[in-house]
Amino acid sequence: MAQVLVVTSGKGGVGKTTTTAALGAALAQHGQRVVVVDFDVGLRNLDLVMGAERRVVYDLTYVAQGNVRLHQALIRDRRIETLFLLAASQTRDKDALSEEGVERVIKELRASFDWVICDSPAGIERGATLAMRFADLAVVVTNPEVSSVRDSDRIIGLLDAKTEKAARGERMDKHLLLTRYDPIRAGRGDMLRIEDVMDILSIPLLAVIPESEDVLRASNLGSPITLASPKSAPARAYDEAAQRLMGVDKPVSIPNGRNGFLTKLFGRRAA
Amino acid sequence: MSWLSLFSRRKSASVARERLQILLTHERVATSQSDLIPTLREEILAVVAKHVAVDPERVEVKIDRGKAVSLLEIDIEIPATAGAKIFSALPQATKGASGRLQEMAAKPA
Repeated sequence: MAQVLVVTSGKGGVGKTTTTAALGAALAQHGQRVVVVDFDVGLRNLDLVMGAERRVVYDLTYVAQGNVRLHQALIRDRRIETLFLLAASQTRDKDALSEEGVERVIKELRASFDWVICDSPAGIERGATLAMRFADLAVVVTNPEVSSVRDSDRIIGLLDAKTEKAARGERMDKHLLLTRYDPIRAGRGDMLRIEDVMDILSIPLLAVIPESEDVLRASNLGSPITLASPKSAPARAYDEAAQRLMGVDKPVSIPNGRNGFLTKLFGRRAA
Repeated sequence: MSWLSLFSRRKSASVARERLQILLTHERVATSQSDLIPTLREEILAVVAKHVAVDPERVEVKIDRGKAVSLLEIDIEIPATAGAKIFSALPQATKGASGRLQEMAAKPA
């Protein structure tokens, strides 16, 4: 059965698009049929990070408004056969997307894919609530930094209040993905530790992505990091996250600051 | 940073942690109520206004959260003319035009 996953954060610039591209590619590399959907109408970037910016003809808005068929707007990745992109519109504004239109597109995507990954825009406005509206589970991307943690807390509140799943009285499945983590600074006491962020947000940990220059290099190249530098520490962390989402039971690897990992089990679950 | 100041100054991460914990405790309560009070206010006012002329500005809805019970307090000020009409219709007039309802605590998540 298809899973609709929203990648969200509240705050901008914490790594939602990077994470969407990396998780999408990693899941597809494991043979899953994946579509990554950009909900950032007017400020699209997932196409650029995926390296498909010159191939966008139709976008989510066209399909949601019923002007073109879904298959006309889906862009197949040139590197992984089972990975597809549905871009956002760069020229329209956020009101171009109706809730009914999005619902219909998501329903149609569910029928053809194992994973529908919705890349949320920053903020808590319409675009962000639409991206999470029909999700089955959420990945909350957070930096170990006060403003990011606060905004993630707000987004967690919205996930529990403004989604279809919440409206049905069900519990939204939420996972913490900590990005730009620097174990050396955390060890010195100058960066929030993983445990601090987990305690404050009270959601289970999916992955810790270490601060790394490989992330910028991958986006420069227009390639998800799991493809651009599969051996790098961030790529390995994203790959593990993808496996965990697929139901593989493995402990979360924690960066040790020497481009390696210290495997450590974070068994604590959400309160 | 000097070698000594490492010991004299608190680590910034623990300050961050404490600030967030205090802030978010307040914000979680505030945001979980933010929809409820305006909704209650609007709907209660609509019901009352069907029967009595009331000034929408003179309505106050408050929730006091307690451990076992929370108090939902609704104060609706009724103009003298409309008030006279109500009290003559009631078998036993209450002193003021304010009503108090108690509701079980709907605990924020």
